[in-house]
Parts: sequence; C-alpha cells; structure tokens
Amino acid sequence: MTPQPRPLWNPYLAGLVLGLGLLLTFVLTGHGLGASGFTTALAASASKTLAPSATAANAYFGPMTASHNPLDSWITWEVIGLALGALASAVFAGRFRLSLDGPSRLPRARRLALALVGGAVSGFGARVSLGCTSGLGLSGSAVLATAGFLFLIGFFGAGVGIGLLMKRYWQ
Amino acid sequence: MTFPLGYTGVVSGLVSGLIFGYALENAGFASACKLTAQLRFQDWAVFKVMFTAILVSATGLYLLQALGLMSASDIYIPTVFLWATLLGGVGVGAGMSIGGYCPGTSVVAFCSGRLDGLMFFLGLVLGTVVFAGAYDWLKPMLEALPGPQAQTLPQLLHLPTWAVLAILFLVAIAVGRMTRRASDAMPASPATAARGPMPQGS
Repeated sequence: MTPQPRPLWNPYLAGLVLGLGLLLTFVLTGHGLGASGFTTALAASASKTLAPSATAANAYFGPMTASHNPLDSWITWEVIGLALGALASAVFAGRFRLSLDGPSRLPRARRLALALVGGAVSGFGARVSLGCTSGLGLSGSAVLATAGFLFLIGFFGAGVGIGLLMKRYWQ
Repeated sequence: MTFPLGYTGVVSGLVSGLIFGYALENAGFASACKLTAQLRFQDWAVFKVMFTAILVSATGLYLLQALGLMSASDIYIPTVFLWATLLGGVGVGAGMSIGGYCPGTSVVAFCSGRLDGLMFFLGLVLGTVVFAGAYDWLKPMLEALPGPQAQTLPQLLHLPTWAVLAILFLVAIAVGRMTRRASDAMPASPATAARGPMPQGS
C-alpha cells in the first residue's frame, strides 16, 4: 500500500517555488513568512492558562496576553497552513511515516532529549534576535535587510561549529 | 492597483503557509539528517534552496518596485540590532545542530510523522518561556546594543539594489559550481544525498 516514496525536488526548483510563494506573501500582506512568532504566542497562551497571575505580571508575556488572541494573528493561520502544506506534501509523495530522525548513532531517548534541548536553545535564540530562520534568515534576506544576513552569519557560524563537533553521532 | 494588497486575514495566512510547507517538505526539509548535513558540508541542498528562494523573491520585489507596481515603504524590513540579531542567529544555529531543526522546519518534520520534530517544537515553547522569565534581566542588554543605521544591504554597502542582487547571483553561481565539483570528486557525497529523502527510522 505504500510504494516507494517519490524523490525530493531538485533544490533549485524547490528554491524557485519557495521564492515565488514568499513573493506572493509580500504582494498579499507587505511582510514575509515566519514561524517563531507563532511559537511565542503559543508559549504566552500556555503560560496564561497554567499560571495566569504570573503571566500577567511578566514583562514579556504580560502585554502580549493582555488583549491579544492568537487566532487574530496572521502568523497563526500561516503556521496552520505550513503544517497542512507539509502534511499534504508528505502524504502525496508517500513520505509520511511515524519515525524518529536525528543522530542515528545515539539511542532513541537521547535523540528525543537532544531535540527538546535544541528546540529550547532555538526558541530562546529566536526571541533574542526577534525572528528565526523563516522570519529573518529567509524573509529578511529577501528584502535585502541587514538583519537577515547578519542573522544568517550567526546561524551558519554556530550551526557549522557545533555541527562539526556532533558529526560522529551521525552516520 | 499597487502592491502590497494589505490582505492580512485568515485566507492569505493559510495560502502563504500552504505553499511554504509544501515547498519545504518537497525540498526534504522535514528531515534533521538532511538539514544538518548542510552544517557538516555533506549536502548543499539547504544552501541552494534558501539562496535561490531569497534571490527569486528579492528580484521579484525589485522588479515590482522598479515598475512602480509596489510601494517600497509598505514592505516590512526587520530592524537590525548588531549583537541581538547576531547572537539570536547563533542560538537558532546552535539549536539546529543540537536538535536537528529550526522553528519552521520542526513543524514540517512533525507533519511528516517525525516525533523528534514534535519534541523540538515543545522545546521551542519551553525556550520561549525561559526567555520571558529572564526578560527583565536581558532587556537592558538587548536594548543597549543598537545596530548599524543601514537597515538594508544597498544602504550598508552604498550600492544600488541591482548591484547587490548581481553580487548575490554571482555568489549563488560560484557556490553551485564549487559544490558540484566537490561532489564529483567525492563519491561518498551522492550516496549521502540519496539517503536524505528516505524516512529515517533506524
């Protein structure tokens, strides 16, 4: 029932489609694509549900949750679209499969732990820079913003440095 | 009619996101193996996809503005803060080399069935809560380090936009040719690339 998964797109074709989608986003809205804006709103909402008074008193989450519903944000719908688009693509191409990716030479529990730690470092970093690879690296660089290219320098510098240190854990 | 249209509702969010997710998954960006192979210089697909997308979009925006169809002042340019932007990039880069993803690609990974993508996503929420908890302490540092005045590369380099685009095109072509030669020389590379698209379960 699951035949051989279809091959990935050529990187230049994928870049062309991604670039045209990003251009369409600018034409429609005046801004680019993003991701960490949504996880920030989600973290603020979760914090409000679990600890309402501490969240209201917090200097970062307080103003964010006072009058703001994530469902009113463009980026919430964009990330829902992102999830649905990725799901559709994975299913159509026969690539959807429950699995565990990551450094294949490590046991499963440690791979999951590394994913959680990496996510936390990434989430913290994206708040320091006010954007992530989508919002700054891709969309910022597409408007030739200094911030976009500066972000990418830090991103690839740290990524390559730590990536080479972790090389032995991958196949 | 001039662009942007100012459509910031549900439909434009869904349409933009659908194309974004469809392209990222077809590029192979649902796999931590594929994404981090770029950081180990074993697979140049991430660089090629990102750089092509940036060039296509930047050229399109330039042409729309040159033809008078788009008002440049209505296009959002993120503000640069020298240390905050750079160090935030360091954090997101470190996060990818440790956890395999970045915020957007963790969603793509999870939606293709990868459980480490979900863990990374939960980590993002956790890291954001830690940031919010430390915000009073961090805020003076983040704001004490304002960025350069030049908000765009043409301003920073004192070059016209078309010249900056031409330089970026040359960089893309040079990297494309160099990495093609590298993969010809090393027979191990195509095998690594071919392994990328397969779901990694082992």
